[in-house]
Amino acid sequence: MASISTRRLHKELSEIRTEGCPCGITLLNADNYETWFFSIEVLGESLYQGEVFKLMFRFDASYPISSPAVQFVVDQNSQAPVHPHVYSNGHICASILGTEWSPVLSVSAVCVTLQSMLASCKVKERPVDNDRYVRTAPDNPKKTRFQYDDDTV
Amino acid sequence: MSSDYEYSDEDGDYYYDEDEDMMSTQEDGSAPSDDEMDMDAFGDDFKVPQRAARKAYEIEHESLPQSAVEKLMTSDVDHISGIFGADASTAALLLRHMNWNKERLIEKYMDNASVVSVAAGISRPSRTSLSPSAAGPERSQSTSSSARSGGLRRPTRQTPVPTPKPAPFVCPICFDDSQTAFSSLACEHTFCAGCWNAYITSKIREEGEHAIRCMAEGCALIAPDLFVRTALAEDTPTWERFNELLVRHFVASNPNLKYCPYPSCTYTVSCPSAALKSSLTTVVPSVMCGATASPPHKFCFGCPIESDHRPVICGVAKMWLKKCRDDSETANWIKSNTKECAKCQSTIEKNGGCNHMTCKKCKYEFCWVCMGPWSEHGTAWYSCNRYDEKAGIDARDAQSKSRASLERYLHYYNRWANHEQSAKLSVELYTKTEKKMEEMQITSDLTWIEVQFMKKAVDEVEKCRMTLKWTYAMAYYLEKGNEKELFEDNQRDLEKAVEDLSELLESPIDAEAISTLRQKVTDKTVYVSKRNEIMLDDTAKGFLEGRWSWNVSVEGFD
Repeated sequence: MASISTRRLHKELSEIRTEGCPCGITLLNADNYETWFFSIEVLGESLYQGEVFKLMFRFDASYPISSPAVQFVVDQNSQAPVHPHVYSNGHICASILGTEWSPVLSVSAVCVTLQSMLASCKVKERPVDNDRYVRTAPDNPKKTRFQYDDDTV
Repeated sequence: MSSDYEYSDEDGDYYYDEDEDMMSTQEDGSAPSDDEMDMDAFGDDFKVPQRAARKAYEIEHESLPQSAVEKLMTSDVDHISGIFGADASTAALLLRHMNWNKERLIEKYMDNASVVSVAAGISRPSRTSLSPSAAGPERSQSTSSSARSGGLRRPTRQTPVPTPKPAPFVCPICFDDSQTAFSSLACEHTFCAGCWNAYITSKIREEGEHAIRCMAEGCALIAPDLFVRTALAEDTPTWERFNELLVRHFVASNPNLKYCPYPSCTYTVSCPSAALKSSLTTVVPSVMCGATASPPHKFCFGCPIESDHRPVICGVAKMWLKKCRDDSETANWIKSNTKECAKCQSTIEKNGGCNHMTCKKCKYEFCWVCMGPWSEHGTAWYSCNRYDEKAGIDARDAQSKSRASLERYLHYYNRWANHEQSAKLSVELYTKTEKKMEEMQITSDLTWIEVQFMKKAVDEVEKCRMTLKWTYAMAYYLEKGNEKELFEDNQRDLEKAVEDLSELLESPIDAEAISTLRQKVTDKTVYVSKRNEIMLDDTAKGFLEGRWSWNVSVEGFD
C-alpha cells in the first residue's frame, strides 16, 4: 500500500515541478510524502481579492484510495478564509474531500476545486455551527462526518 | 407449507385472528408474494418444530441462518431477473437500490427502465434518458427498449475478465507501469487490478459499504457482485464480509426480519406478526435466534431491550427503564437523606449542626428527630426524647403522605431491583446447587440424572424472577381497579411460590430426607412453572383483549 501512495505522490510532485501548479496556486513545501503545503489565492473578481491562504495536505498510506486530509492553515501568518463552508480552525466542509472523493482526483484537482469554491462565494460568513464545531473538532478533519447540504457554493 | 401456518388457519383462537389481521394489513405495504416466497423458498429445510400449541404469550417466529437469508435474496433476485430479462447481477443491483421493495421496483422499472437503471448505478445516464419524458410514446418506447437491450448486452462487458490493454496504458491512480491487468465497469473507466482490489477492500472493510461505486470522479456506476468477487481475488474473508453486508442490508430493508443483536451472531429472526409498530401494543415479541449459544440469544423483536421483558409490552418496558435510569438514584437519595418541612413541605437536607431546625423558606422551627415543633421541646434542648408526642406523630404522618408518590415508586423499584439482583446472583446459586447435587450423589443412592431436579428448579426460579421483575414495571403503570388487583394477585401467588422454592433450594441437605426433599422440590417446581405460565398467559391475553388500562399515557394506547 505504502508503495502505491509514494509512487503516486512522487508522480504528482514531478508533474507539479515540471508543469507547474494551476494559476493562483503555489507549492510551498513538499519535503516528504506525508504533509504538503500550498498557497492559494483567487484570481480575478472575487470577495477574496488580495487575500492569500495556506493549504495543508496530509496523506496516509491509503492515499489515493482514500482522500487526503485537507485544511487551511491557521497561525500567526495566515488565516482561514471567511466562507460558509470553512470553519475558523481551517477545516473545510466539501464533499469532494469526503464521500465524493475519487481516487482519480489529485492534489492539484483538489486545489482547483477549493479555489473555485472560494471564487463562487457570494457572502463572506462563517458556517452557522462554527463555534460549536470548532470547540469539539478533532485534529484531523477526516474524522468529522460532514453533512453536505448545500452545493451552490 | 409449514405446519404452523396450517393450524393457524383452523384455530379460532383470538390470537391467531389478530395475526391474520396483521398479515392482511401488511400486504398493502409490502409484497404479498414475500410471504409465499418465505415458505416456498425454505419450507422444507427450516420447518418450525411442531409444538403442541402456541401459548398466548409466545410469538411465532423463525430463526434463519445467513444461508437461508441468502436463499431468500436469491429467490427475489431470480424473480426480478425473470421478469425483466436481466442477469442476476443487474437484478440484484436494482433490488438493492429499491431497498428490496419488489412491487415498487417493478412499477418504476416498467414506467421508465433507464431512469431506474441509472439511479441504481447500472448504466450511465445517456442522452436519450435525459430527454424530456414529454416525447411521443414511440420515443419513450425506444428509450426503454434500448435500455433493456443494453441490460442484456451489459454482462459481456461487465464480466470482469481483465482485458489486456495496449502497452502504453498506465493506471491513472497508481501510475505503476508494471501493472498488466486492468478492468472496468460498463463505464469503461479503466484501472489496474491492484487499485481495484485496494479500493474495494477499503470500501468493504473500512466503510462497511456494499454499494461500491466506480473509482472515477463523478461516476455513479456500482460494481456488480461478480466484479467485486474477481477484484478481491483470493481475499475470501473480505468477500464473506461483503456478503454479510448484503444480508444486513436485506434484513434491514425487510420489516419482517431482524438481525440477532448479539455480537458476531449471524442469525436472522423472521417474525411477521410483530413487524408492524401497532402490533406492539398487543404482543410482546420475545424471540430467540437459532444459534447454539449458552445462554441462548434471547431478544425482543420490537425494541432494543436485549432480554425477555415478558409480560410487559415494549412501550411500558421502555418507559420504566427510562424512569429507573433517571429517577432511582435521586429518589433513593432524597428518601434517605432528606426530610420535609412540616409546614411548607420544602425538601431539606441536614448537612450539619444540631437538631433545632429552622426552615429557610417559611422559618418554621422544628426538631429533626421527631419532626415536632421546636417550641414544645422546652428545656430539653438538643436532645429529643419526645418521639411519641402527638404533635411529632402528626408531623410525621403528614410527611409520609406527602412522600407517597416517592414511596410508591420506590416500592416497585426496590422489588424490581431485588429480582434483577437475584437473577444476577444465579451464577452463584448454580455453583452452590451443583455442589449440593454432588453431595446428594455421595450421601444417597441417587444417580446424576436423578439429581437434575435441583438444576431444573434453579432454572425455573431464574426464569420466574425475570417475569416477576417485569411485572413490577407493569404494576407501577397499571391503573387502579379490579384488573390491577387480579394482576397483583397473580403476581403475589407467583412471588410466593418462587420464594418458597428458592428457600427450599438454599436449605441444608439432610441425608435421610433427600427423597422427601426431592419430592418437595419437584412438586414446587411444577407449581412455580404453572404460576409463571398463568401470569404470562393472563397478561398476554389481557393485552389482546385490551383489558389493561394505564395511569399514564402509553405509546399506542389512546
